Amino acid sequence: MLTERLNTRNYTFFEKLKSVDYFLILIVMLIGAISVFAIYSTESGEFSFYTKNHLLRLIVFFGMFLVLSFIRITFWYKNAYIFYVFCISLLLITLFFGLMASGSRRWLDLYFLNLQPSEIMKIAIIVCFARYYHRIQTAEIQNYKFILVPLILLLIPCYLVIQQPDLGTSILIAGTGIIIIWLAGLNVKYFVYSGLLLIVSLPFAVSLLKPYQKSRILTFFNPDRDPLGAGYQIIQSKIAIGSGGFFGKGFLKGTQSYLEFLPEKHTDFIFTLFSEEFGFLGSIILLLLYILLIYRIISIGFYAKSFFSKLFCFGFASAIFLYIFVNISMVLGLLPIVGAPLPIMSYGGSSMLSIMLGLSIVMSCKIYSQDQISNY
Amino acid sequence: MQNRASSVEKGRLITRRVFMLAAAKLILLGGITSRLYSLQISDREKYELLSDKNRIREWKTPPQRGFITDHFNNILADNDRVFQVHLDLDQIQDFNDIVFKLKNILELSNNELKKIYREKERLKPWDTLVASDNLTWTQFSKLNLYLHELEGVKPVVSSSRFYPYKNDLVHVVGYVGAASQKDIERDDIIKENLVPGLKVGKSGIEFAKEHQLIGRYGIKRYEVNSSGKRISQIDHIKETQGEKIKLTVDLEVQQLAQELLKGKAGSISAMDIYTGEIIAMASSPTYDPNKFTHGIGHKDWREIRDDPLKPLVNKSIAGLYSPGSTFKPLVALAALEFGTIDPERPILCKGHKHPYELYGVKYHCWKKNGHGYMKLRNAIKQSCDIYFYEMARLLGVDRLAIIAKRYGLGSNILKDTYFDEKRGVVPNTFWKKNAIGKSWYLGETVINGIGQGYIQTTPLQLCLMTAQIANGGYKIKPHIIKDENINYEKAKFRIANQFIKSPLNFSDEDDEKYLVDRKYNLYERLYKDPRNINFVKDAMFGSTNEQYGTSYKSRYDNLKYQFAGKTGTSQVKRITEEERKLDLDQSQIEYKNRDHALFVAFAPYKNPRYAISVLIEHGGSGSSAAAPLASKLIKKIIDRHKFREQINNGSSSLA
Repeated sequence: MLTERLNTRNYTFFEKLKSVDYFLILIVMLIGAISVFAIYSTESGEFSFYTKNHLLRLIVFFGMFLVLSFIRITFWYKNAYIFYVFCISLLLITLFFGLMASGSRRWLDLYFLNLQPSEIMKIAIIVCFARYYHRIQTAEIQNYKFILVPLILLLIPCYLVIQQPDLGTSILIAGTGIIIIWLAGLNVKYFVYSGLLLIVSLPFAVSLLKPYQKSRILTFFNPDRDPLGAGYQIIQSKIAIGSGGFFGKGFLKGTQSYLEFLPEKHTDFIFTLFSEEFGFLGSIILLLLYILLIYRIISIGFYAKSFFSKLFCFGFASAIFLYIFVNISMVLGLLPIVGAPLPIMSYGGSSMLSIMLGLSIVMSCKIYSQDQISNY
Repeated sequence: MQNRASSVEKGRLITRRVFMLAAAKLILLGGITSRLYSLQISDREKYELLSDKNRIREWKTPPQRGFITDHFNNILADNDRVFQVHLDLDQIQDFNDIVFKLKNILELSNNELKKIYREKERLKPWDTLVASDNLTWTQFSKLNLYLHELEGVKPVVSSSRFYPYKNDLVHVVGYVGAASQKDIERDDIIKENLVPGLKVGKSGIEFAKEHQLIGRYGIKRYEVNSSGKRISQIDHIKETQGEKIKLTVDLEVQQLAQELLKGKAGSISAMDIYTGEIIAMASSPTYDPNKFTHGIGHKDWREIRDDPLKPLVNKSIAGLYSPGSTFKPLVALAALEFGTIDPERPILCKGHKHPYELYGVKYHCWKKNGHGYMKLRNAIKQSCDIYFYEMARLLGVDRLAIIAKRYGLGSNILKDTYFDEKRGVVPNTFWKKNAIGKSWYLGETVINGIGQGYIQTTPLQLCLMTAQIANGGYKIKPHIIKDENINYEKAKFRIANQFIKSPLNFSDEDDEKYLVDRKYNLYERLYKDPRNINFVKDAMFGSTNEQYGTSYKSRYDNLKYQFAGKTGTSQVKRITEEERKLDLDQSQIEYKNRDHALFVAFAPYKNPRYAISVLIEHGGSGSSAAAPLASKLIKKIIDRHKFREQINNGSSSLA
């Protein structure tokens, strides 16, 4: 015990600076720069409201990312449950005092930012689970007691977010949680069983959906069912992407977005705009940048000594992949439309905050990779 | 230590699972990439098309109507510059506000406002509304002054139909008006060219030659946004003008004809007896076709529609009249061809005291004191009714009908150009049985002999009849749209050619075929014996140029203008015994019961080229009301002849 504690030695500032992952920072900056151009294009090449806001947030949160990177990883370990409880209370407050917009209560008015606690929850659940599994032995994981606790920890935020209602974020949180449970080493059979159970209960689950959610799912299977209503978004998105071709229509020349055929082009459909203007080539390059980002996060996890760090990095990397996959599949018409932003690219403060926060913890894992965390 | 071992095992497990997860991620990424590939590379064209369909919208610009000219290339139907206000509905925020402002600036009437609102109901939100298509220059310049306040309002300089000779040619050329639902359904080419405010032909040549005249619409392509607002113009294909239609009509002759008819109801037709070209086709009263172009007002329309003299009817082809005595040359010709009369046989006309009697019914001659003994030539010249009663009786109505039909009566002449043309009636026993269901009476044959009774003809038919007698008895095809393949030399050549193929022989059996009802080809001879035609022509010469002839007063002694004609006075109402005793002058009879005055003629007598028919409704006698008009017009036609020939020979454009 004592020797382990001694391992958490102090580093000089110069040492810390040396171990910062500059490659990761470069990738984040690149994606960030692309996002500014994309948002600039949604405003038909005018430097106004959205672009200004996006750029400002990017700078502020990127700065935050750099600063928070130097917080010792043990801080996150120690405060993991507090962070989780803090987010749960934010969700509760949101449920009662949140801002109402287009039929759902998702935001807290913080004057400088309308915070969406469910976005922060995405990070909190990873931190919380990483802490939880950090001290559990492999043999114990299969124990029912140790299965039940994380399930409850996961179901609480999912339930609260569904109540807002926000099905998309809820699914993303649930997905993230399940991936971490998988990574932690829970036996495959549990996943198979619950998968089967899910399929069996699907008809029942559908009956619980709200009418608009049902219509979205029906529309997904047949967008031409209601081309000007529920199917409009997906049809127009496919037209935009398809008409982009290999090289795209060119920067600021995406007619679908410029002529306002694309809905929600700043947020969930930002990839559509990007793909229309930069084509297959641009899309693949953007995807490659994301793959590099994920790869980099995973490799930081490999080199981290503590299980907490590993689990967080792997979990966060998988979460980012999940967000990207859900968002892009959605705009490509491969998945039903659920509100899911594209990390860094989409306009939206909370999403940006959540990603930058997660990245700063990853960076902390890198800087303090030699830190061993005891089981207290 | 156990702790450390467990931690190592945990590390291995998580590494293994991360790799499994990474593999799953790569598979999913592969899915996304293949989807991107299929959308952006395989199906690119499909989505590009859909994207263009989204962003590009087309607006049609109106086609330019082709000109209609007369034989001398005078433009009869022109395109005039007009000033219009167009409202682009997709650009207008507050429609009511804009219309209110327009009302004040242009001083629109309530009726016009109503029309604008009605039009808006009909249109789609991105259509163009033609708020007014005929602004004055003052209105137009005022509009331009206030334009900055009127978003979506477009002042447009457009072209619209203009008829420089107004009333003079309305029955020939026709008029245009806004395309109606019926026009659109009837005609695919109109449907294709349909633009807001499109004008299409409603009558005459404008109607019949719509496909040649209409031209082709232009296209303006605009990029629009999702709410249909125009962003920029991408493409502009200019509209094309329709074909020019050249008529055979001579504007000056037509204008004189129309002038001669002024204040009367009637018709004058004139044609070239060899080519069949119609030189003039006037009908009176007339009206201004320009009034229809921009939608005729209620008051003007009522005035035209309710006029008892029926200006809307083209009397030359759609007016049906008993031919009266103008029919007599044909009756004489028929009797001669069938050999039922000896032209040298005298018949006594004893005046009203001793009328012609058949089965107890009395038939009077027009001349109260009678003509005395008449032979055929004199009977035509002086138009003795008694002679024709007897001749018709001997001939029989069925034989007469064969000849009457052959020379152009009872069938359509210009039906493919004028949908409103009427056929008229050439009665025979078969016709009466069919149409009326009764048997023919001999008395009806008798009055048919003087062009009364069931027989109904149009003035143009009478003109054709005269032309085909005048040209020596050869079939011609009257037409009003210039056909460059038809000219005088060709016609003469083809007539002469006939006799090379089948020379005239006066054997009875060979000529039998000229005594039965059958179809005749262009320029085929219509007669059995040319001497019969010449006899009739000579009698008509007498009627105009010899003393006691009915149109002697209208003659020309100058050989250049000398013509041969036949008057006609057709009864509108049966004359009762009391009226006959009163012997009223025409001016004392109520207008609608007065006789129609007719006259047919051909000129010049030596080498005739033109035939003419004149009809004055309720004008009284043919010799006093119709023949003088014909005489004046014949002079004009003959004076114009050399210019016409110059145009035909293409030597100059002197007009």
